[in-house]
Amino acid sequence: MNIHEYQAKALLKGYGAPVAEGVAILKVEEAEAAAKQLPGPLYVVKSQIHAGGRGKGKFKELGPDAKGGVRLAKSIEEVVAHAKDMLGNTLVTAQTGEAGKQVNRLYIEDGADIDRELYCSLLVDRSVGQVAFVVSTEGGMDIEAVAHDTPEKIHTIAIDPETGVTADDVAKISKALELSGAAAEDAKSLFPALYKAFGEKDMALLEVNPLIVMKDGHLRVLDAKMSFDGNALFRHDDVKALRDETEEDSKEIEASKWDLAYVALDGNIGCMVNGAGLAMATMDIIKLYGKEPANFCDVGGGAGKEKVAAAFKIITADPKVEGILVNIFGGIMRCDVIAEGVVAAVQEVGLKVPLVVRLEGTNVELGKKILNESGLAITAADDLDDAAKKIVAAIKA
Amino acid sequence: MSILVNKDTKILVQGLTGKTGTFHTEQALAYYGTKMVGGIHPKKGGETWSSGVDGTALPIFASVAEAKERTGADATVIYVPPAGAADAIIEAIEAEVPFITCITEGIPVMDMVRVKAKLDKSKSRLLGPNCPGVLTPEECKIGIMPGSIFRKGSVGIVSRSGTLTYEAVFQTSNEGLGQTTAVGIGGDPVKGTEFIDMLEMFLADEATQSIIMIGEIGGSAEEDAAQFLIDEAKKGRKKPMAGFIAGRTAPKGRTMGHAGAVVSGGKGDAESKIAAMEAAGIKVSPSPARLGKTLVEVLKG
Repeated sequence: MNIHEYQAKALLKGYGAPVAEGVAILKVEEAEAAAKQLPGPLYVVKSQIHAGGRGKGKFKELGPDAKGGVRLAKSIEEVVAHAKDMLGNTLVTAQTGEAGKQVNRLYIEDGADIDRELYCSLLVDRSVGQVAFVVSTEGGMDIEAVAHDTPEKIHTIAIDPETGVTADDVAKISKALELSGAAAEDAKSLFPALYKAFGEKDMALLEVNPLIVMKDGHLRVLDAKMSFDGNALFRHDDVKALRDETEEDSKEIEASKWDLAYVALDGNIGCMVNGAGLAMATMDIIKLYGKEPANFCDVGGGAGKEKVAAAFKIITADPKVEGILVNIFGGIMRCDVIAEGVVAAVQEVGLKVPLVVRLEGTNVELGKKILNESGLAITAADDLDDAAKKIVAAIKA
Repeated sequence: MSILVNKDTKILVQGLTGKTGTFHTEQALAYYGTKMVGGIHPKKGGETWSSGVDGTALPIFASVAEAKERTGADATVIYVPPAGAADAIIEAIEAEVPFITCITEGIPVMDMVRVKAKLDKSKSRLLGPNCPGVLTPEECKIGIMPGSIFRKGSVGIVSRSGTLTYEAVFQTSNEGLGQTTAVGIGGDPVKGTEFIDMLEMFLADEATQSIIMIGEIGGSAEEDAAQFLIDEAKKGRKKPMAGFIAGRTAPKGRTMGHAGAVVSGGKGDAESKIAAMEAAGIKVSPSPARLGKTLVEVLKG
């Protein structure tokens, strides 16, 4: 789950991290009052969408020469003018895709005098199974480009969970970021604070890009991107409250209510599969036969009949879907449960497109029997290859 | 021969009394008499669990340490729900159970970071979490793999994806090759056992004449494994191998499934993994439906 920049900054401020003062607004009328709460005379007006590249982004409704999704303002009047320009319009960035994202919130922030822009992120490093800081002196730009072109400028410092961030770790990070003076002093509290926030809130990613050294020598978190481990949300009601459903695909929201792993895609074959690997492989084989999947959907291991029915309904509700492939290799998931769920869903919402079902594994005979006796127009498939061929043929016909 | 488990492996169940634990313990007992020796429940110590299928009774102990002491178990399988699963693994590590398999899906990553720190200082091996377990045909089934698709034979199978493990098993059974042991290492970012550990065991196992390795996008475990195979081949240790990488068509930057696979930038994408595996002499099948056939082609030369 992702949250907005202003929410991430408020969270970090609670851990003592240096962030600028700022106010979030939803309406143009709130802009003037928001700016008056800030010291001025320099302000930054920032679009709040769940995507990066906002500064270089363009608004669809404005001309090509209009400014991007992050703008400087030197007066309160200018803040208001920017707010009028940005709120309600669609921002297209390198990460939003062509459709862009509507800007429903702005964050108005106190401006900063920047000396240097650095990069700092925290994530779980799979190779060692520890939280690691990834830092670079090349902040403010696309870090993946830095990693690709100049990998030597990226430093990874893994943290031993039993000690937390030690003085030695801070020294390593500070050296990698070439910090000195006041910034090096700030580092002693900032990096342990970021680590503490990451662990306590079960984050999946915390990215501060840029982390800046200001002209006065101090550090400041200028931008913050935060995403959380979906598996740990059960113990963080405060984080769940930050969710902005307008940023998410409605099908994905419905899926998340049922704890389904669902990702909306652009093709027209709906898929319902058990297991993330098999779900991806099913997408791969559909493509191999010349068609595109409409979604990734992993119903998981312990799904009951209701959850299977919910998944099936989400897939059939997608107007792009011209055919559905159910591919189940039951282990923990029993084929009879899948069959009951599919039958229940079809009886409730009907079936307007071809449906191919491939069942194998635990209780397969029982599952096939339930489908056969349902009287529904279901094409049975013998194996994965057969299933993919049949669904592709069915929608081409 | 086989790896990890055989007919003598004695297994405990953490989470035996739950619905999932009960169902799969019944299945394991029914699979060539897998030696399930007891369950653990902190409040039900002294009680007895019995199978709804054939009435087999198993003693329940209050702790893993007590259960290990009383039964001589050398393995444990965990079906505890996600919020308590990390503590269940840690209890098994502290009781010094040599082989721990965690089936549970959806454990918070930070909990696994905590587990990993303890695991690295212990003598236990952890398989998983979020994995289907391990099965040696006609001898022992730990976890949730469907026993009916297995056939005793010569292929060692290791996979990050549970259900793709079954595909590989099913297809090698259909080709008449059968398996020595199939291992699902699980798709979570922080886990106990990696490809390299299993490849080392399969290379050392005389009965294993060929290997199937199934990876997926995200991380660099497949690339690391490929490098390991190249290094071992230089020492003369090499077996015929086929493979598959799931997620070739997954869009970049999106997580596909529970913490399983995420591609960011060019790192960890399918093409880089396939290239690394082919460089290590693995024939990578473009289709998940052709794992068995691809291995047969490799064996025919």
